Order: sequence, then structure tokens, then C-alpha cells
Amino acid sequence: MSMDKETVRKVAGLARIQMDDAELETMAPQLSKIIDWIEQLAEVDTDNVEPLANVVNINLALREDKITDGDCADKVLANAPEDVQGFFVVSKVVE
Amino acid sequence: MSDLTHMSIAGALKGLESKDFTAVELAQAHIDAVEAAKDLNAFVTETPEIALKQAAESDKRRADSKAGALDGIPLAIKDLFCTEGVQTTASSHILEGFVPQYESTVTANLFREGAVMLGKASLDEFAMGSGNTHSYFGNVINPWKGEDGKPLVPGGSSGGSAAIVAARAAMGATGTDTGGSIRQPASFCGITGVKPTYGRCSRWGVIAFASSLDQPGVLARSTEDCALLLQSMAGHDPKDSTSAQKDVPDFAAAITGDIKGFKIGIPKEYRMDGMPDEIEKLWQQGVEWIKDAGADIVDISLPHTKYALATYYIIAPAEASSNLARYDGVRYGLREEGEDLRAMYEKTRAAGFGDEVKRRIMIGTYVLSAGYYDAYYIKAQKVRRLISEDFTKAFEQCDALLTPTAPSAAFAIGENEDDPIKMYLNDVFTVPASLAGLPGMSVPAGLNADGLPLGLQVIGRPWDEETVFKVGGVLEEKAAFTALPQSVIRKAA
Amino acid sequence: MAQLTKGKTGEWETVIGMEVHAQVIAESKLFSGASTKFGAEPNSQVSLVDAAMPGMLPVLNEHVVEQAIKTGLGINSQVNKHSVFARKNYFYPDLPQGYQISQFDQPIVGEGTIEIDLKDGTVKEIGITRMHLEQDAGKSLHDQHPTKSYVDLNRSGCALMEIVSEPDIRGPEEAAAYISKLRMILRYLGTCDGNMDEGSMRADVNISVRKPGAELGTRAEIKNVNSVKAVQQSIDFEVQRQIEILEGGGEIKQETRLWDPDKNETRSMRSKEEAHDYRYFPDPDLLPLELSDEQIERIRKTLPELPDEKKHRFMDEFGLSAYDASVLIAERPRADYYETVAKDRDAKLAANWVINELLGILNKNDQDIADSPISAENLGGMIGLISDNTISGKIAKDVFAEMYKSGKDAGSIVEEKGLKQVTDTGAIEAIVDEVLAENPDNVAAYKGGKDKLFGFFVGQVMKKSQGKANPAAVNELLKQKLS
Ligand SMILES: [Mg+2]
Ligand SMILES: [Zn+2]
Repeated sequence: MSMDKETVRKVAGLARIQMDDAELETMAPQLSKIIDWIEQLAEVDTDNVEPLANVVNINLALREDKITDGDCADKVLANAPEDVQGFFVVSKVVE
Repeated sequence: MSDLTHMSIAGALKGLESKDFTAVELAQAHIDAVEAAKDLNAFVTETPEIALKQAAESDKRRADSKAGALDGIPLAIKDLFCTEGVQTTASSHILEGFVPQYESTVTANLFREGAVMLGKASLDEFAMGSGNTHSYFGNVINPWKGEDGKPLVPGGSSGGSAAIVAARAAMGATGTDTGGSIRQPASFCGITGVKPTYGRCSRWGVIAFASSLDQPGVLARSTEDCALLLQSMAGHDPKDSTSAQKDVPDFAAAITGDIKGFKIGIPKEYRMDGMPDEIEKLWQQGVEWIKDAGADIVDISLPHTKYALATYYIIAPAEASSNLARYDGVRYGLREEGEDLRAMYEKTRAAGFGDEVKRRIMIGTYVLSAGYYDAYYIKAQKVRRLISEDFTKAFEQCDALLTPTAPSAAFAIGENEDDPIKMYLNDVFTVPASLAGLPGMSVPAGLNADGLPLGLQVIGRPWDEETVFKVGGVLEEKAAFTALPQSVIRKAA
Repeated sequence: MAQLTKGKTGEWETVIGMEVHAQVIAESKLFSGASTKFGAEPNSQVSLVDAAMPGMLPVLNEHVVEQAIKTGLGINSQVNKHSVFARKNYFYPDLPQGYQISQFDQPIVGEGTIEIDLKDGTVKEIGITRMHLEQDAGKSLHDQHPTKSYVDLNRSGCALMEIVSEPDIRGPEEAAAYISKLRMILRYLGTCDGNMDEGSMRADVNISVRKPGAELGTRAEIKNVNSVKAVQQSIDFEVQRQIEILEGGGEIKQETRLWDPDKNETRSMRSKEEAHDYRYFPDPDLLPLELSDEQIERIRKTLPELPDEKKHRFMDEFGLSAYDASVLIAERPRADYYETVAKDRDAKLAANWVINELLGILNKNDQDIADSPISAENLGGMIGLISDNTISGKIAKDVFAEMYKSGKDAGSIVEEKGLKQVTDTGAIEAIVDEVLAENPDNVAAYKGGKDKLFGFFVGQVMKKSQGKANPAAVNELLKQKLS
């Protein structure tokens, strides 16, 4: 199994998705099967092939340095689960 | 006036212009049809009040001779497009109740031309799926039924859009296509779907799944209707850095029926082991139609086709794992409190995302993680280049490609659920063009033995949607697909 | 050369590399049109892009790119014609996207060097590894509520340049010189205001120690180092801490530590301890940034004279000492001020007045050269009056004080107050005669050999002339009359 339970636990931590043992047990073989399947790419000869990140054949367009946005705290906060005095509020972060 | 819901967009525009009916009447007919199609569960949010208000405004504009190109046309909007003041969920619990304070560029373009919104169509959660069975708000049901009468999937991820257009409850719909999410449900629901070239329609305000692949497009009941919708949606948007500064051609004008002298490529690698006979036969029929129309058939090769799905299932989850990191319970959407911040994140995301989304986030996180990045992600990007180059070479020999859209007709809800890979195989014919950013269209071309629709796919060169529409128009004419889904026949009876 | 620290087991060498985050001077953010101004109401300078609303997309700020090119050229570094924006993935409440758009393996600026001046007069080259553009994060406030943190995204998405040095720095003095020099260059270029108090320039200091000549030791990364003084203090502390651990037979843990300026110590950051796996990959919302030679050359032509060049020119052109030149070029407005003062005048005299008098009084009153009530033209005018003997150096001090008070030019002050130096020997002679007549005893004593009284007579004459008598003429006349 390419992704054992511990690997899945680690990845779930990185992705910040809580998973109990039962879920890890179910997830591990499913993910392993997918990973094993995508490993078929190993058989493709990609020596001297450049990775392709973008298909769109245009130059990156840049914007002028002008203030065209912001000043909309009401919109920014409109869907906030918790906010106070213009701030988003979350459980205390420990540094 | 139930026949209002059976009109084409082109026909409805004429009817509105000659005052045969009003936009409000047209909207009401569709609102009634939506109501009647409730059992399809095609919408996450219905917006009849908005539709009627927009329709009334449309009538006013038309009276003032200020009507836009789509004025009064009732559409369904895939619930992946952010709509100002209207809940937008991506069919996810994590965005339940989220009300965008902005309008996506594509929907803004449609509304600028006078389109009317019937509601927000359901989809696979965050557009991840091929059956619309991965929605927090429940499965969408295909208006078509097989002989055994079992409920079928409409395809996905734009399943709500496809189902509602097929059910004659919306004249057209927006969709997004990342690996086949417009073309495959169009094929399953017996309608036409177009995914334009990557960069043709703005992604601004469209909830991201896999940014290098996502492309908005259209679903409607004819190539001409698709052309009209796409015409209004497309165009350069300075807010999307991947949106191209290209003139939008007159897509409808390209549908001339004349493909004499065109070279249409048949990729031999799409003739896959275990492909059902009926798909093979339909494809052969398509070849005959093309020949009949005076075009030449060219055998071409896309040697890396076989690796497209695996490539896609690395790249798309990788991008998704990052794109979906913003759903963290801090600024909008679901929050599940925890003993500390980290627990809040983990509980929120565990409760907010469905299984398929979790699987893809996990795969994506894994393939990007230290030690695996080169072996999976970079490898996939290299194969993506090979796939893209296959198409470039093919288009030296031909003007467009003809393939089946999907390897099967719509399947029963519950089928393919046990095995994610089996579900992924639904996109085997659509994914390669997505990886290369090419325009593609699915045209309903016939019924299988079970009476279910099957589509043929046309793939074009980058920015050459015109040829895609041209060839698609010929297939449409030859196929003369007039069959109706059972739910529509039942209602008419 | 290298500064060594003595421990119980012998000498230790400190090896330091710095990562400096400098906020780019621009009106709007790196990828959005929201303002970058400091100190606004919470979340008032946040676009929907900065708040990472679903479906929002980044669009790169053209000016920021130019600023980065300028900076790259200004720190003598390679500007890369092809660079790529990548996502650095991690979760934090002030990181709305769940990733920071940064640059990873293909940054906009590559290798280069900065020269630093050391106290012993030597110049040392510090290698630059790279510089990249990235988004700033928002700000979490932890002290507003007992169990909650408040999040303000105003800074989220502001453009930062991260400038990474080679581990070429060997101690607190070099580190301070490096960051000061870097700050000076950025301010000259106008690409960062260098304001460390407001956080527009922040340093992460990577510190390790080793026995001289040995392999590199394990390093600790010190964060929150927000002043030149803190750079020095944190290094002092950290070097001692590491030496003590190593000499006690322990091992240095590779970790991120936080500088606590109140307690004067570094401490381990618990929340950052977890192994990071940032999963960098090219941002699919952005295409690679391609620059042309023409664009780079066009920007190169706009580069101002940089501190090192200016310093050498001041030494050559104005005959200044290295020290005076360094003081004058430390800030670009200061150097410009000086050049205006010195133009076509006695440049050394001008340097003395700017450094000793003007900077002295401005410093005393906590003012910047930009706030100086005395304009450069006016100070230059005063230098001119000294040089052409209109006023003496002594009178000049009064004129200077008056100029500082009123902002008036030296000529009008001299005119109004009648401070013009008396050079007419007839007038001076009359005063000399008067003084000698009033002090017959002293005259006799002087003539009897009490030479020291000469100064008394000069003083009296100057007093009677209210300081206006030309000192040279007074001397000359007194000598004549008393011989
Ligand atoms: Mg760093
Ligand atoms: Zn950084």
C-alpha cells in the first residue's frame, strides 16, 4: 500500500482535515489505489521534456499601480462567522 | 404556453422581438417548468423572484429598443459562479449560506446582455465528479431514464445545468469544464455543451477547482444556442491573468453547414479496449456523416492519450488542494469551533468537505509534498506537455478531431461509487483536450439500445471554436436528434 | 579579520546569513488594487482578492515589478528575464488564501553583492543569494481578548521583496553594517522606505557558530528582529546561547526562534516547531513573468547615483574625508542638500557646517533634513558670506541660529541686524585707539612683556564693534599700535 495509515494521517494534518482512525483506515486503501494507478506515468519517457504549467499562450498582463479597490470592509466582513470592530475573530493563536 | 419551454434561444429571441410573448411570460413558463422538474433536484437555489424581476426589466428594455443580445432568455447558472447577493455554494456544505458581494465576470456579461437567472444549478461539490452524485445538496437526477426506469446520473460536474436544460426548464445554462464537466453531462443528457479554449472566458468569480484547467462554457439544446450564449460570455477580462486578449469571433455565423474540404482527424488511441459497441458504432456513424458532408477523414495518432487521466488526476488535485485551502472557517462559510485554532481548521474542513473532495485534497497534498513533488507533479506536467504536443502535431494534419464524448451512456445512481477510478474513467475522452486547453463540444448524436442519449465530441485548435461550431453544426444536422427525455414526454402527455 | 568569540574551549566563529523582507513602495498591492497605506482602519484596505474570496484572482502590479528590477540592479545582482510566481502553502489566520504567492526556484533577481564599510575602514563584500517578490500576510492581534485573536488583513497582499544574503556575515557589527547598507540602498532607489518601526523592513537572522575553519554549524533562524540594534543584540545573545550549548556537550536544534526585545533574548517558537512542508508549486493563476533586455536597460538608465559611487565622488570632487563623505551620503536627501550648499562654494567649509552645525541642531530637535528650517540655498548663501568676508565665522554662528529660528536667508539677517563685517581700517583704527586709551594700565603691562594681554585687546575691540570688525584687520592694527 503506497499510502499507509500513518502517511494518510500526516497528509490529513498538512491539509488540516480531521480524520479519526476509522476514516484513516478507509481512506488509506482508497488513496493507495489512486496513487498506484497514477504511477503508470513512470513508464513514460520524459527525459528532456520541460514541465508544462500553463497552456494559454499569452504574456502575463500587468496592471497599473493605481488604487482601484479596497475600502469595502463591509463586503469583506459580510460573510464572516465572527467579527468585532472590523476585525475577523478566531480562537487565540499561540506563537 | 408550455411550448415556450421547448423553443430554441434563437427562436425565443425572435418571438420576444415580434412580441409573440413577453420576457415575463417566458420566465414564468420556465419557472413553472422548474417547479415541475423539482424531482430532478437540479438546483441548489431557485431564484424565481429574480427571474421575474429581470424579465420585467427585459420587457422594458425591449420596449425601449435597448434589448441586449440575450434579452429575456432564462438560464440556469452553475452554482460555481459567484452571483452578487445570491447564495453560491459550489454544492459544498463549507460554503452553505455564503452570499458573494460580487458578480462573476461571465454571469455579469450574460446579465449585461439581458439574460434572466432561474437559479443556481447543482454540481458535484467543487466541480469534482462525473455523476453529480457528490453534492452536499443531494444527487441530481437525469431526466432520461433507461428501460428499467432506474434513476440515472446526469453526468458531472455540471449535472444540474445539463439536467435542467434537457428537462426543458431552462433554455441554456452556464457550466465549467475542468476535465469534461460540460461535455460529459451534455452527452449524458442529450444536449449540446461547449468548452471553449482555455483563456476564452474569464475565470474571475468562478470558484476554482483546478486553475490551469477550469474553463467556463455553455450547455444548451443546439449548437446555435450554445454559440449565442458563448458569444455573450466570452472575452478578455483584465481581472483574470490567464484570460486572452483575443477578439471573440461570431460563433453562430460559423455554423454554415459547409465543411467541404475540411480534414477531420480520427485519433486511433481513442479506440479503447472494452469500449462498448454502441459507442464504436456511433463514432463510425459520425465518420460517415462527416464524409457525407464532403470533409476528409484523416487517421491521426495521439500517442500519449492513455496517460491523460493519470496526468489529470495529479495536476487537478494538486491545484485543488491549494485552491481549497481558503475554506478555513475564518472569513466566510462554515466554522466548527475547536479547542484551538488548528482544531477549528481541522473540524471545519472535516465537516465542510465531502468524501470525494477530501480524497482529492489528500491526493493533491500528497503529490505536492516533500519528496514526491518531482515524481508526481513535475512528472505529470512533463506528460502534460507530451499530450499537448500530440495535439499540436495532429493539427498539422487536420482541422478538427472527432471522438466519442464519453465511454458510456448515463449510468445508474450508485454505480461506479465503490471505485473512484472507475468514476474517473468517464472523462477518458474529454480530459486530453482539457490538459491541452483546447476547445471541445459534445453534440447529441443518437440513442443507445436502452434509449439513452450518446454524444460525439469535436475538438479544435486553440482559439478555433469556429471550426468546432462548424463541424458540430454538421453533426447536429445529420444526427437530427429530436428525442425527448421521459420526464418531458410524460409532462407533455 | 573575522570577529571571534572566546568560549571555554577556545574561539568560535559566528556565521550569519540574513533574509530581509522589504515592503515595496507602491500605491497598491502586489496583486490587487487596494491601498498599501500604513495605519488605516482594520480591513479597510482589503480587496476581495486580498481576503481570498472564492473565485478571486491575482493580477500583478507593473510598478512593483519595476521596483524589483531597480532593486536588483541597485544591489549589483542578476535580473532574471524569466521568473515564476509559486504558491507556498500553509495555514494561518492572517494568510487568507491558505498560501502565500511568492517566488521559489525561479526568482526575479539572482546572485549579486553588497559592499559594507567596517569601522576599521575596510570594505567587505557580502554575497546576495537571491531576491524575490512575495505577498505580505495580514496581522493577528493577540492582546485584544483573553481567548481570541483579531485578524486585520490591511497588510495582506502588500508587495514584499525578500532579499537573501549568503552566510558571509561574521558578527553583529557586520550584520548591522549589512542591514544599514541595504536600507540605505533601498532608500536611495526609492523602492522601500526602510522604516523598521512600521515593519516596512524586517530581518530574519540565520545564526550558527563553528570553530574557525570548521564545517558550518547548525543554524537557528531568528525572527522579529526589527531594528539595527535588535540585529546586534539578538546575535550577541544567540551566539552566547549556542556556544554554551555546544561547550556543554549539547547540540543546536535547527529551529525558528523569536527575538524578544523586552527580555533581550531569543526563544523557541512553539507554533512553528512542526515540520513545515510548504508544497511549493507554480501558481496556475499567473503566467511566468517575462522581462526583456530593453525593459531592464531602460530601468538601469533611471537608477540614481548609489551610495558607494556618491561617497567616492564626494571624496574626489569635494576633497572630503571618507568619514565626512559617509556622513553626508547616509541619506539621499542629506547628500542632495549638501551638494546644493557646496555648489560653487568652499566645499569643505560647507561640509563642516552641514555636519557639525546643521545635523547637530536637527538631531537635537529630532528633525530630519527635510524638516530643516534652513534651506540648502540659504545655508549656501551664508557660506558665501563667510567666504567673501562679509561675515566672520563667529558672526556666522549667530546668523545660523537666526536662520534656524526664522527661516530667513543669511543676507537679509546680516542686513537687518547690521552684522556686516567692518573691513574699513579707518573705522577699526578708531575703535583700537579708543580701547587703548581706555586701558592705559594694560597697555603698560603689555609693553612690559605681558604678551598674553594681546588677546584681551582683541576681545575688547571685537566687543566694541559688536563682533563685526574683521579679525585680521584688528590683529594687524593692534600689532602696529602696541609695538
Ligand atoms: Mg524566508
Ligand atoms: Zn518571505
